[in-house]
Amino acid sequence: MADQATPFVQFSEVQKTYDGEILVVKDLNLDIAEGEFVTMLGPSGSGKTTCLMMLAGFETPTEGRIMLGDRELNNVPPHKRGIGMVFQNYALFPHMTVAENLAFPLEVRKLSKSDTVAKVERALDMVELSAFGNRRPGQLSGGQQQRVALARALVFEPDLVLMDEPLGALDKNLREQMQYEIKHIHEKLGMTVVYVTHDQSEALTMSDRIAVFNDGRIQQLAPPADLYEKPDNAFVAQFIGENNRLLGTVEEDDGSQCTVRVDGHMIKALSVNHDGRGSKTTLSLRPERVTLNPADGSLPNVFDAVVRELIYLGDHIRARVATCGDDEFIVKVPNAHGHLSLAKGTNVRVGWSMEDCRALDA
Amino acid sequence: MAQMTETADRILTTADGTPLKQALARATRRNKIRAFILVAPLLAFVLVSFIIPIVDMLARSVDNPEVQAAIPETVALLKDWDGTGLPPEPVFAALAKELSDKSKRSEIGRMGARLNYEDSGFRSLLNKSQRRADKVTSGPYKEGMIAIDADWGKTSVWKTIQLTAPSTTFSYYLNALDRTYDENGNIVMQPEWKQIYVHLFVKTIYVSLGVRIACLLLSYPIAYLLATLPASKGNLLLILVLLPFWTSLLVRTTSWIVLLQTNGVINDTLVWIGIINDANRIEMIYNMTGTIIAMTHILMPFMVLPLYSVMKTISPNYMRAARSLGANPLVAFVRVYMPQTIPGVGAGSILVFILAIGYYITPALVGGQDGQLISNFIAYHMQKSLNWGLAAALGAILLAGVLALYWLYDRIVGVDNMKLG
Ligand SMILES: Nc1ncnc2c1ncn2[C@@H]1O[C@H](COP(=O)(O)OP(=O)(O)OP(=O)(O)O)[C@@H](O)[C@H]1O
Ligand SMILES: [Mg+2]
Repeated sequence: MADQATPFVQFSEVQKTYDGEILVVKDLNLDIAEGEFVTMLGPSGSGKTTCLMMLAGFETPTEGRIMLGDRELNNVPPHKRGIGMVFQNYALFPHMTVAENLAFPLEVRKLSKSDTVAKVERALDMVELSAFGNRRPGQLSGGQQQRVALARALVFEPDLVLMDEPLGALDKNLREQMQYEIKHIHEKLGMTVVYVTHDQSEALTMSDRIAVFNDGRIQQLAPPADLYEKPDNAFVAQFIGENNRLLGTVEEDDGSQCTVRVDGHMIKALSVNHDGRGSKTTLSLRPERVTLNPADGSLPNVFDAVVRELIYLGDHIRARVATCGDDEFIVKVPNAHGHLSLAKGTNVRVGWSMEDCRALDA
Repeated sequence: MAQMTETADRILTTADGTPLKQALARATRRNKIRAFILVAPLLAFVLVSFIIPIVDMLARSVDNPEVQAAIPETVALLKDWDGTGLPPEPVFAALAKELSDKSKRSEIGRMGARLNYEDSGFRSLLNKSQRRADKVTSGPYKEGMIAIDADWGKTSVWKTIQLTAPSTTFSYYLNALDRTYDENGNIVMQPEWKQIYVHLFVKTIYVSLGVRIACLLLSYPIAYLLATLPASKGNLLLILVLLPFWTSLLVRTTSWIVLLQTNGVINDTLVWIGIINDANRIEMIYNMTGTIIAMTHILMPFMVLPLYSVMKTISPNYMRAARSLGANPLVAFVRVYMPQTIPGVGAGSILVFILAIGYYITPALVGGQDGQLISNFIAYHMQKSLNWGLAAALGAILLAGVLALYWLYDRIVGVDNMKLG
């Protein structure tokens, strides 16, 4: 994976402002290895598209530099970068047929007629649209257009492909199907992909690494599992997956573990990202890591709670309980054999291990 | 299943038992009536100011009542004449009687004007004969009439009357196409010195095409700029583009004269720079150049607006996609951007062309002698020569030409592809 010695794409200290006042990208450092699938994930307006546009050459960085291989890209015009790109609304040329769309990048590269035809055919084959070469984009369904856009970005065999929310316009089923298809094509062709989305499940299924953006900065860059299991800060913990947040003050800290006072309760947690004794911290705890009525002494953190709401979801039950001063504390109770029968308003005990509770920035 | 077939057989009704179809028709009828009432004022206006005049014009272009109205008996008798030699005596007798009828004086005057279009000389012949016809009170009428004017003894005169007698005629159309009937009723070319209209039609088409192309070349970059500029600056520029719409024609005409005349700003500047010398000042007004410059200026907004409205809808992502696929800016523009502006080009072109082909006031003001177009001649025949039949025929041909071009355009580009805004 990420080969730190020779990154294929490298953003170093990139900044971007459109109006000279607000930095929409702040101090971006990002290394992407050859063949990697990196996703930029973040809320709307966090600067993902801007980063992609700077890489593609449609925006220039205000500060800093972008490298592709051993080329510095800052002064290379877009058409000389050789980067494939899939746009959110596909940007298929409406006046050309599907085959003409695919042939376009090959024709401007002055490929011979026979090579062009062969490559277009192969690309259409790859996205299973061989029968549609003579149609106009307007005569295709959304999913088919998406495939054509993908094929067009790949047909000239770029080493790097950028995709800006390519599945944003598709319905859920089709989106999931296309996620797998894109993933398979990536595995087969081995190109480097930089993918932008604000759908976290999409990011989690597809990526080698995910860069979580917020407010023009990368909050965390990590493989999907790490991002979920080991969020670095409260934003990432909150943004990826479901999360219980408990706000408290660090009472004791030995560098790896700490004790946090939350609403008068002492909670043992893993020290990840707080400012030491006396500082405010956010405890992050995944709902599925909370055990209901644990055996005495099995867990370091056990507290009384009252069940406020129960939602039956088949494979598990979502329980909203009140504990440690938090009324919105969620517990996922697996629908296992012989599970407890819960009722609204009953008193229960909730417990969790020290490792599952991460003390992050406030 | 059983229930379904049952409902299919039954007529669907509303709650109060009226059949659903009937209720639906009633509901939509009310909507239709309301829609009709809303368009009715405009419909009436269009009918009165547009449809009826056009129908009237078309009728006038073939209408030919003058001879019938003036000498009906003579015409009726003349019908049986075989066209050789002279008509028989009764024809002369009827003519003498009808010409001496004082109550028909104005009809005979109009007949003279009408026949004059076919052959100049008829007006004076009829005036003279009318004055003296009452002296021919008894036979032989043939000799009596010939004594008034020897022309009555010419076969060609009688043939012309016979040919011009029917109450409808194509002779205005023939005239408008530089053709005429010879005395045997065959269609022949007008004499050389009378052939002006075909040349004028061709010239009008060429000028309109030229104006169209000039408008397109000048408007395309402006529309592109308008479409790509941020809205605030774009609006200001749009106002500048529309300025010609808002200034009075006289102000504009004056400024063209100031600019373009032989001692005008442009010539003075060119002489001052030394590009031309004082003796060779360029004639830019009161000729075809003036007409083309002024018409291009006036009609340009009709090209800019459709282009702009199409270009505004073209997402910048198309150009970006083309660039990212390896096309340099020029190739991307020509192969990806320009084809998508075709609907705007088509709409603008047809608007400008159709407006230019019927343009009247500008050529009249700055066209001089050689910058006159077909519409100026239509106006001339309407207002000066009072040959309304010919004016109507010229107008009808122009109308037919525009419709034909429109049809052609529809076949080639497709009217659905046209975007007017
Ligand atoms: N052309 C532009 N001119 C000025 N400001 C811009 C421009 N494009 C983007 N911005 C601003 O830059 C910020 C980042 O925008 P960007 O498009 O990169 O967000 P994004 O992360 O892609 O969001 P989304 O998920 O909604 O696509 C936003 O605040 C946006 O308003
Ligand atoms: Mg975006």
